[in-house]
Amino acid sequence: MIEIITSNYAAAYAAKLSRVEVIAAYPITPQTSISEKLAELVDTGEMDAKYIKVESEHSAMAAVIGASYVGARTFTATSSQGLALMHENLIWAAGVNRPIVMPVAARALSGPWTIWSDHSDVISERDAGWMQFFCENNQETLDMTIMAYKIAEDREIMTPAMVIEDGFILSHTVEAVDMPSQEEVDDFLPPFDPEFKIDFKSEPRRYAGVLAPDWWQEHRYRRMLDMEHSKEKIVEVERDFERRFGRSYGGLVEFYRCDDADVALVIAGAPTGTAKDVVDEMRDRGKKVGLVKLRSFRPFPGEELVKLNDMVSMVGVFDKSYTMGQGGAFFQEIRNALYSPDGVPIKNYIGGLGGRDVTKKNIELIFEDLLSLSKKGKVDRIIDWVALKGGPRRWE
Amino acid sequence: MLRSYEDLPSTPVSLQSTEDIMTGNWRTMRPVIDEEKCIRCYICWKFCPDMSIEVEEADDFPTVNLDYCKGCGICANECPKDAIEMVREE
Repeated sequence: MIEIITSNYAAAYAAKLSRVEVIAAYPITPQTSISEKLAELVDTGEMDAKYIKVESEHSAMAAVIGASYVGARTFTATSSQGLALMHENLIWAAGVNRPIVMPVAARALSGPWTIWSDHSDVISERDAGWMQFFCENNQETLDMTIMAYKIAEDREIMTPAMVIEDGFILSHTVEAVDMPSQEEVDDFLPPFDPEFKIDFKSEPRRYAGVLAPDWWQEHRYRRMLDMEHSKEKIVEVERDFERRFGRSYGGLVEFYRCDDADVALVIAGAPTGTAKDVVDEMRDRGKKVGLVKLRSFRPFPGEELVKLNDMVSMVGVFDKSYTMGQGGAFFQEIRNALYSPDGVPIKNYIGGLGGRDVTKKNIELIFEDLLSLSKKGKVDRIIDWVALKGGPRRWE
Repeated sequence: MLRSYEDLPSTPVSLQSTEDIMTGNWRTMRPVIDEEKCIRCYICWKFCPDMSIEVEEADDFPTVNLDYCKGCGICANECPKDAIEMVREE
């Protein structure tokens, strides 16, 4: 059934369809309508879940960690400052294998105050040990949230997942979303069945007790393996999803019109859709441009991205965040993945910060820049700030 | 017996009872009770955070369970008769 809904409502309905049992959430712009919609669904009895009202995001994460330990499927959602406030418990959740799924309406971190979209909140949590999936549109938010449970709860993985939807640009924009039936989702997603769960009566155990230096390193190695296993599982779950629901997103990375392309731009989240339109239009004019949609940032798809060395002669990476003192986070990691003495030249474009629109014109100028650089065979400067007032290029 | 990262459980959880973990090996100072001074008030038993002071039967002298006593010295500190001396482990 087609519904005309925002990405936030898509995330809320995905939680309902996934038969989430415990929700603990604290409202924060632009995530609020996820937690509000779920409160309404629980209140009216449309959804059979426990809704825990908490005093902060730190508490929200603590509550779902506890609920997950007794074997409940858990959900929370947040943004920006709220995600930052969760930081300590995000690392706890991942360290003790709690497969919590959390949509994040990605928003810039203050100060000064901002409520608008970029990726700096989620990028700041890249080392928390969570899987991080970026969504292009509202349909992907719904589909990815459901898929995220299947990936996260796999006994070989047991790792939490963030489903990232750009604040306002997706979270508050309505689109047509194909809503699967409850029966179809039940068939795809079995109930959460962890190997260990808290059982005071028949099998009391200590969970997450102190681990001394003699075993901590081995514990971290196991968490590393959990994350590595997720790479295969993501592809496997998506194939299963495609077979049942007819929609596919290309695994960890989608190569869009990259065959015979001279240059490619790597991009994630909401600007992907805009960039695909630009690629189509430029292809119509005979320009050999391609797009690489980064769907999964954690786990990082290095093995897929390294193929770019043989596919194109120039790579651009678009970051909607900036790591002070170094450059865009996607850029840093992709340049690492592509490094080889005869690797392809690579350039970083920074834009869309704090809610600045990423326009078709911006993307077209990036591609023109990449095409011109590919003829020279090397980059002019490592990092360009797109549409920067007073910046070195005329972007508008 | 754990030998490799592969032997760890899939999630951080205890595989044995707390009673199997001999926390006594953390100890550097051992409490020694002087039965000449002890008045069997059992204040040490009351204060021990690890339940390592044991009293078998009423009116018995308290004893220390060295399998679990971490040597924190709270018993010696609380004893009203200074009947407990903390002695360095050899």
